[in-house]
Amino acid sequence: MTSVDGGRGLAMYGAMLRIRLFEEQVNELYTSAKMPGLAHLYIGEEGVAVGVCSALRDDDYITSTHRGHGHCLAKGARVDMMFAELLGKEAGYCRGKGGSMHIADQEKGNLGANAIVGGSVGIATGAALSIKQRGTDQVAVCFFGEGALGQGVLYECMNIASLWKLPVIYVCENNLYNEYTHYLETTAGEIAARPAAFGIPFREADGQDVRDVFKSAEALVKEARAGRGPSFLMCRTYRHRGHHVGDVDRSYYRSKDEERLWANDRDPLKILAQALISEGVADAVAFDRLEEEVRTQIQDGAQFAIEAPYPDSSEVATDVYA
Amino acid sequence: MSMPEAKVDERQLTMAEAVREALAQEMRRDPRVFILGEDVAEAGTPFKVLSGLVKEFGPDRVIDTPISEAGFTGIGVGAAMTGMRPVVDIMFGDFLFLALDQIANQAAKVHYMSGGKLNVPLVIRTTLGATRRSAAQHSQSLHALVSHIPGLKVALPATPYDAKGLMKTAIRDDNPVVIFEDKLSYTIKGGVPEDDYTIPFGQADVKRLGEDITLVATSSMVYVALAAADLLATRGISAEVIDPRTTVPLDVETLVGSAIKTGRVIVIDEGYQSYGVTAEIASVITEGAFYHLDAPVKRMGAMDVPVPFSPALEDLTVPTADRVAELAINLCRKRS
Repeated sequence: MTSVDGGRGLAMYGAMLRIRLFEEQVNELYTSAKMPGLAHLYIGEEGVAVGVCSALRDDDYITSTHRGHGHCLAKGARVDMMFAELLGKEAGYCRGKGGSMHIADQEKGNLGANAIVGGSVGIATGAALSIKQRGTDQVAVCFFGEGALGQGVLYECMNIASLWKLPVIYVCENNLYNEYTHYLETTAGEIAARPAAFGIPFREADGQDVRDVFKSAEALVKEARAGRGPSFLMCRTYRHRGHHVGDVDRSYYRSKDEERLWANDRDPLKILAQALISEGVADAVAFDRLEEEVRTQIQDGAQFAIEAPYPDSSEVATDVYA
Repeated sequence: MSMPEAKVDERQLTMAEAVREALAQEMRRDPRVFILGEDVAEAGTPFKVLSGLVKEFGPDRVIDTPISEAGFTGIGVGAAMTGMRPVVDIMFGDFLFLALDQIANQAAKVHYMSGGKLNVPLVIRTTLGATRRSAAQHSQSLHALVSHIPGLKVALPATPYDAKGLMKTAIRDDNPVVIFEDKLSYTIKGGVPEDDYTIPFGQADVKRLGEDITLVATSSMVYVALAAADLLATRGISAEVIDPRTTVPLDVETLVGSAIKTGRVIVIDEGYQSYGVTAEIASVITEGAFYHLDAPVKRMGAMDVPVPFSPALEDLTVPTADRVAELAINLCRKRS
């Protein structure tokens, strides 16, 4: 059972759906050769970003990863400016200079996605130090995948965050795969033992159940706001698609059966929809209406981005220095 | 050795004292400024540059960290992005390698990658310089490394006066700035006004005026160049000594102007010579002054070897006044 009320549950569903349809559109833009470069889709992991960000305020900070569209959207980013950035257009969040892996949205506290695995741990922890020094009750959330558990800087920062009682929540999205390698091949011992070694409280949530993630995040955010220091939240989840949009032949590292199981039985949207229906919060008509609404928003956003102009060539050398 | 800005009646400070005064004044002026690093508080760093600051500003603004260069540099980046103005202390320049992802992939690129929305007003203070018998991992001069990365500014004060003024400019700059201080120069004294003053980046300083040859020198090598100029004067050669003071931005105009005037240039820098600061500066001067040059622009960097421990070997690896003067005499002999 859950403390999340029905209205909030439906809002979370809408937020997850927005990410899902956004990512499907991204894949479409890639396969139709409208998008330069690659993108790392968040499909299957929506419950983590939405669950955590639903527990945050606009002025709280997040840092994100190469698989960051979900975090950006969940923290309040607009789809049209997101698409524009993905297509390298001037109307994008970073005026086309960042692209899929570097979307930042300072108005919503998003300090940026990061293409270095574990690369934003310092930034999130530093934001938490800044919060403490400025004496506000903001919190910083550092999203990273389980692949970042191999990066030393994570442990340097966790050690410091614990020593200084910084308001930072380390959110580990364990989607099982470090790129193309199962995490059990790369990760010794118990993950929980790592934060424990620094005296950092550890919680585990079912990343496919957005309300479970939200409950955990809400509790940890409360602790952080109260000045009780950092925490570590591990969300068990799954990346439905490949490491990036071009990773379509995955048989050498995981089975179709496994993918089917997660897509059918462990999909965060299906799980929440079924719960909301059985709780009488929403019915099929409500979901259809919501989907219609979000789909239109996504299509309009993509169309806006396709039609938007590229940056002027004079932009290449601006913004190198402030 | 002549120090143009060190007037006799002026207050004399060591370079270490000048750096400390700059930091203290900036911390009094702006509550967002704080210091972060290994043994910066009670110890005041192994070089005692920061001695006493923790007494005035407390351990919340002069913060001792664990030995985690990547971690606390990254934390500096994050704090800078969210309203603070950290001064991160990397004890030895050699330890920059431990923090390079934070410096080169994060700090340097955040402003550009965000389309100009996010700023990183971060100062990284570190050291350079050999001949302290500290061997290969505590003696490198790695300013070329960071000068190579767009988005970073790089300052190299040679005198106490410059150290104070450049530090203040660095702290007030909205970009990440790496400042290298020569470890052997900390005890050098010079005139430093107590008042608040800044030195703009990208403005070279003519440390000595001359007519026959230009010696462009950075940081520790400014003293080598000035000593060489004294030697050259006894041989009737008038050497101009120019200190760029910042490698990024670089004052190309002053360097080229001096080269046009003298027609001969040696660039002296304590970083490894190959692919280094001397190469860039020599190239910029050659491009800008080619038709006015009477000789090829020469480079004198550190030897391309790991810095050896033995004094008998280490002293061979860095430019000396004698060797600079010898090369200058050879260049001037080829006078047309």
